Amino acid sequence: MKFSSTTLKPRMVTSVSALAGIGSLLLVWQALVSLAGLPHYILPGPLTVLGALYQYRDMLIQHGLVTILEIMLGFLFGIGMGMLTALALASFPPLRRTLLPVLLITQAIPIFALAPILMLWFGYGLLSKVVMATLIIYFPVASTCYDGLRQTQQGWLDLAHTMGASKYMILLHIRLPAALPSLASGLRMAATAAPIGAVIGEWVGSSAGLGYLMLQANGRMQTDLMFAALLVLIVFSIALYFAVDALIRRLMPWNPDRIRASVSAGE
Amino acid sequence: MSALGVRIDAARLKFRDQWLFKDIACELPAGSWTCLLGRSGCGKSSLLRLIAGLPLPETSHIAITTDDGQPLAGRVAWMAQQDFLLPWRRVIDNVVLGPSLRGKIRRSDIERGEALLESVGLADKRHQWPAALSGGQRQRIALARTLFESAPLIMMDEPFSALDAITRLELHELAARLLASRTVLLVTHDPFEALRLADQMLIFQGHPAHLERLGPPPGERPRDPADPRLNAWQAQLLHYLRHEPVAEAGDEVF
Repeated sequence: MKFSSTTLKPRMVTSVSALAGIGSLLLVWQALVSLAGLPHYILPGPLTVLGALYQYRDMLIQHGLVTILEIMLGFLFGIGMGMLTALALASFPPLRRTLLPVLLITQAIPIFALAPILMLWFGYGLLSKVVMATLIIYFPVASTCYDGLRQTQQGWLDLAHTMGASKYMILLHIRLPAALPSLASGLRMAATAAPIGAVIGEWVGSSAGLGYLMLQANGRMQTDLMFAALLVLIVFSIALYFAVDALIRRLMPWNPDRIRASVSAGE
Repeated sequence: MSALGVRIDAARLKFRDQWLFKDIACELPAGSWTCLLGRSGCGKSSLLRLIAGLPLPETSHIAITTDDGQPLAGRVAWMAQQDFLLPWRRVIDNVVLGPSLRGKIRRSDIERGEALLESVGLADKRHQWPAALSGGQRQRIALARTLFESAPLIMMDEPFSALDAITRLELHELAARLLASRTVLLVTHDPFEALRLADQMLIFQGHPAHLERLGPPPGERPRDPADPRLNAWQAQLLHYLRHEPVAEAGDEVF
């Protein structure tokens, strides 16, 4: 493996800039708490939150694992259902007239409004949260994947046609890979939206999870624990985003931006 | 592979309730290069798609007969203005796209693909991604992919128009050498290109369009771009294209 200065420098600059941004935010936060003399039950300082993070670590891990499971299951089901819908829409044109309005309706219903009904139908356990997370990412995945499948370049399809390719082979070798860049945008959106769905579900009714823990902490005025739970949730969301981003990069080593970057870096 | 002669009859195509061309007939002699010229929007590319059996949104009809009496379907290779390399397949995988799309790729296909890359001068690029290559290199790979299909009829829709002048001249020579045994139908906007490469030129004229056939300039294709007569012929051809003379089919201009 080669780490030339040309490839390392931009990465280092990015990391240092990101750390500087986070550091500045923490400093402003602490300064606000110290200078304004805000009580800890209104806004605890970052050091107090770090303390709570350590003090309640077992509880945070226990509830965090529940939320992670909800997020991951919702993410996988949402992607699966979204992609299947997109494939059905692209493969059976008459289906578009009936399925597209339904797809739009699923997006038009505010997910907060739907949460109590889902609790009623699926109970206060894991399932209702998974359904929430699934629903919240279903539309972005379905629509971006469908857009990608629909916008396959006519020139590629012409070529495949003259080469005697079947519809299935065109889908497998041309339309699906061509839809990957669009789908990647949907997956990145889904990675940030799935935790929202799960936590909304936990707020409306649950007996475990970070959302549940935050509600309990709120009731007991344990603001530092609320912030600690929020911090864990942010870390989950960021980790999921970067994991998805890394997966996308792995699936698309041919991405022109990436190739141009490696060419200009002399790799 | 023996070259295939093709005859086109009664080709017609309607666009927005108007005939773009009507009852067009032409002959593509076996092993010859036919260049199709005409103004933008006259229907050249549509005629090419019609012959290749590609989908068209308009009402259309065509009758195709071949020398050997077999259907033309499945015996056409297509090369467009853009290279249409699949960015997610490496160079060699683009060259052997045909068998891969038909679901029966063999080791011998890869070897033949590599030999074709050698013949277009890009053997060292076989494991590269298309995005890392220049326009000229990409079009060479598209040419190798076209050759790989071993189709007796090659349909080319302005394949060299997006290239710089020098690369275009080089590709004329390469294509003329590698496609020597095939029947080629080439749509072009460039009279100079047609004069270098054609055995016959078919010009779209009038509304609805009909075809005027022009005989080839003397000499073996690809004709030398340094030949001063080529400029004179080009001037005549441009004059002919601009003024749309009413010529009898089969008139020899050169």
